[in-house]
Parts: sequence; structure tokens; C-alpha cells
Amino acid sequence: MKLQQSTLLGLYAVLELAKAEGGQLSAAGIADKFDVSINHLAKVLRILVRAGHLKAARGAGGGYRYTGNAKRTTLMDIIELFEPVSIEGFEGRDLPHGTDVEAGLAVALVEISELMQATLQSITLRTMLKIMQSRGGKT
Amino acid sequence: MIESEFTETPLDIRIRKAVVSDLPAITTFDERSDKDVNPGYWQEMFARYGDDHDKQLFLVCENGDEIVGFIIGEVRDWEFGSRPCGWVFALGVRPDVRLGGVATQLYAAICAFFKEAGVDKVRTMVARQNNDFHSFFRSQGMMAGPYIQLEKDL
Repeated sequence: MKLQQSTLLGLYAVLELAKAEGGQLSAAGIADKFDVSINHLAKVLRILVRAGHLKAARGAGGGYRYTGNAKRTTLMDIIELFEPVSIEGFEGRDLPHGTDVEAGLAVALVEISELMQATLQSITLRTMLKIMQSRGGKT
Repeated sequence: MIESEFTETPLDIRIRKAVVSDLPAITTFDERSDKDVNPGYWQEMFARYGDDHDKQLFLVCENGDEIVGFIIGEVRDWEFGSRPCGWVFALGVRPDVRLGGVATQLYAAICAFFKEAGVDKVRTMVARQNNDFHSFFRSQGMMAGPYIQLEKDL
């Protein structure tokens, strides 16, 4: 699974802001931390605001804060704002497959896709914050 | 006292070993109870895990004088070649007190039992579609282990 850059930025931003526990962070500060383009990040932040995960405060000293429910929001909820989570072309087990090769391959790929989805649906932002705390790294 | 997202009243909970008279309450909120569960299932579970055993444990959670949760597990030795470890194989919390910390306290209690029994790993298995249970065990720090469960129609 290779996540698109926007998806990764969305995950970085929402986790960074959830970690701040209601505190406000500037887009520039987040872009600086992850060494990403502020223009690209701003587009991603707008999507997260529209989805109700963040609130934006405009003007001098403005920024973003996390307003979602970290115990109920999963990695899947965030990723799906930016891209579908499935193996393209094999979303459903009942899709007609012309050849025995396609049909056989579909069984294997659907299994992989379902495992991936179950994992992403089970990891909440709160659980991610615990993992981040236990693994350490640059804050 | 802990807060539940679903009740205004703070929970006053206590974890203890199950007794036979707890079983009727447990069957009212065990999610498997409305399916094809053998009527003698819980009696058998109690006989196997409810008494004093070195390697099996059946705990309940009381909120005041009501049973609001249960957990069952055991230490299994060298299963599939793995070192002895604790297995949690049944867990239930009454729906109206979920997200109040009941399962967390039951899980902590059974992990303490496993540790006391001399094992350093706890495992469980959850249905892929059971997102609530999957999320709960992950929130306790559990991750995918080195084994994959496989099955086949016979």
C-alpha cells in the first residue's frame, strides 16, 4: 500500500493536532516540522476542516486545532478523505472475472484488501497517540 | 469512579471472580447469546474456568450490585510451538456502560493474572468485522502477532 502525499500530510496534521490536546498550531509550524510545502498542507487542512476534524482560527495568531473525537476516529476515517482504501479493481468478491487467473488472483487480493481495511478501521487516533508516545521520536 | 460516555452516573465498579449466580446476567449482554449458543454453554464455561484454577480465569465486573462485564482467559502451553502465553477468548460489556473503562479494567485484571502465572505475552483473536473489539484490544497496546489464523470449509 502506497499512500498519496496528500493522505500522508492529512495523517501527519491530524495526529500532530490531536497530540496538542485542543491546543492551536499554525500551518507553518506543522509544515516546518514535517518539511513539507505549506501550500500543499493548506489544501489538506481545508479538507480536514470541512470533514469536521479540525477548526481553523483566522487572522494574526490564527491556526488549527483538533476538534474531533480521538477515541472514535480511525486511521481509515482520515485516509478515506483523500483516497479509496482498496486494491483497485478487486473491491468486491462478487465482481465477475473473465478468466480463471483473474478469479484466482481476486481471491488473494480481496483477502489482502480486507485485512488492510480491518487494520485501518481498528486503529483510532487515541491509540496512535499511545503508540507515538511509546515509540518516542522527535516531537 | 469513572465516567461512561453513555451514562450520566459515574460507574462504581469492582472486579471479582465469577460465581454461578452471575451467569443469567451475563447471558443478557453476551453478544453471542441471541445466536445459536447451546443453553448449557455458560454452565460449561463456568465449570471449566469459573472455579479456582491455576491457568484459567473467569472475571466479572460489578457496577453497584449489577453485573456489567466479564472476561475469560487462560494460559496455554506451547500452542503451535509458541512459548506459554495468556489467551483472552471471551469479553463482554453491557452496552449502556461501554466506553466507561469496564473492559479496560477487566483486561488489566486478567493480564495481572497472566503475569502472576509466569507468562509475558497475551494474545486474542477477533473477527475481522468486529471493529469495536478490534479497536479495544489495539487501544490496550495489542498489535498483530507473528501468527496468522487460517481456515477452510470441510
